[in-house]
Amino acid sequence: MSLTTAFRETYRGFKSLLIGMRITAREAAKPSITMQYPHETLKMPDRFRGHVKLILDPTTGKSRCTACNLCVRACPSDCIDVEGMKREGEKKKSVTEYHVDFTTCSLCGSCVEACPSDAIEYSKAYNVVSQNREDFTHMDLVKDLDKEAKVWAQDHPAPATPPVAVAPPPPTPPSVAKPTPTSAPATAPTPAPSASTAVARPQSPDQPTP
Amino acid sequence: MTFLALEPIRILLYLVGICAFVGANAAYLVLAERKGAGRIQRRPGPNEAGWGGVLQPLADGIKLLAKQVMVPPGTDGLLFRAAPLMVMAPPLMCLATVPFGDTLVARNLNVGLLLVFSFGSINVMALMLGGWASRNKFAIISSARVVSQNVAYEIPMLLVVITLLMVTGTMDLNEIIKQQAGWFWHWNICKVWVNPLMPVTFLIFFTCMLAETNRAPFDMAEAESELVAGAFTEYGGMGFGVFFMAEYANIVVGCCLATILFFGGWQSPIGVLSGGLWGPVWFLLKMYGLIFTVIWIRWTFPRTQFYSLLNLSWKILIPISLFTLLLTGAMMKLPLLWNKFF
Repeated sequence: MSLTTAFRETYRGFKSLLIGMRITAREAAKPSITMQYPHETLKMPDRFRGHVKLILDPTTGKSRCTACNLCVRACPSDCIDVEGMKREGEKKKSVTEYHVDFTTCSLCGSCVEACPSDAIEYSKAYNVVSQNREDFTHMDLVKDLDKEAKVWAQDHPAPATPPVAVAPPPPTPPSVAKPTPTSAPATAPTPAPSASTAVARPQSPDQPTP
Repeated sequence: MTFLALEPIRILLYLVGICAFVGANAAYLVLAERKGAGRIQRRPGPNEAGWGGVLQPLADGIKLLAKQVMVPPGTDGLLFRAAPLMVMAPPLMCLATVPFGDTLVARNLNVGLLLVFSFGSINVMALMLGGWASRNKFAIISSARVVSQNVAYEIPMLLVVITLLMVTGTMDLNEIIKQQAGWFWHWNICKVWVNPLMPVTFLIFFTCMLAETNRAPFDMAEAESELVAGAFTEYGGMGFGVFFMAEYANIVVGCCLATILFFGGWQSPIGVLSGGLWGPVWFLLKMYGLIFTVIWIRWTFPRTQFYSLLNLSWKILIPISLFTLLLTGAMMKLPLLWNKFF
């Protein structure tokens, strides 16, 4: 009796070994799923929360930010700093400085939710690194946007469409505009298709000059 | 080919050839092992050094050579230094009698099989000395394991070989191969009319070979998770590298032997294309097929426990191999008895 048990157990054990080898052989036939990280990177999922960034409006090549400061007020960590100014020929203010203190930012996303003009979003940058603390205490989002805008300008050689007023919307209270030598006296702003940026973009030829 | 007739030059060429063969195999089987492990775990394995990682063994070798060989205080210096040499020399010696082709053999002895086994068992002693000379508790535990494991698995292996010797009637490795000429059913593994348990015999031989070379799932000598690095704990640099290479050299020897004893050595499996340059091609194909299986097994099965390792040998492999020995003897001699009395 115990002899038959021994035989049966030997047979079963051997069979299980073969099954195991079949499994590994099957796995070996499948393609490798390694992402060769420095050479190739994963695409971040849509809901990934990196630091905030200014959105480049694909129709104008500029930011939609109107420097309304709602994000500054929404921020629980008080880490956002926005400056804006009114450019000539434009009804709304546009952003000139957008600084984020990433060392205190908790990535809560209140600023993104508070933004009335969809001007900021989470970036997909996950390997942010620097040897300089300043790069994080004063993250210059406008500068980042400039880089994007340059790429955008290369893809869109035609001049951006001049702002056209579509319909007079309810006037919004003008926020404190920083007086600059070139700024025209402010009137009640109407929604323009986009806000211009104070960036080093090539000036459009049909831009009105004073 | 007259210059090959000059015996000293011939021996020198074979010496260099065997050293190069063992060295290249040891280096590149490590890469094959890592690549195979990667394949089974669905990753590419080492692929940065050179195209697809082909220079990885070179990089490893340079790194190991650049390291200092350190002899820890309190060790037996002589034995500690001698152990890596003793572990590397036997596989080189064994390959001297291995016929890679019809005439491609360094020294065709009529007791080749005996020589391979006698040198093969030095491996145990080298590992034991290395572990014992290290003056390290893990290394000594590992040495004890190596000895009991190898003693346990030497027995079924030799019983299986005795079974084969009864079938072949010779210890000349080339003669054993020549008996398996023709189609693949003339190979010893398929000779079920001699002994219906011949495939089982091969499985026992293969299992014992895994255990003798301390390969997973029987790598008790180098049980990383419990014994640091087993007998090699105190070794660093190329001392460790030599132990590592010797493991692969022993696998090569074991697979050569399995090829010769069970798979017809340099004989073609299809009856034709057997002579000349085809011999080494068939031989290496079969050998690397077996080595691939060894690697495949390593990355499939977890390490056994030590008592189940010994149980497998003493309770299963030895009784079965004894039974096959008796069965072979009976099947060979009973017809003679029948003829005598009837």
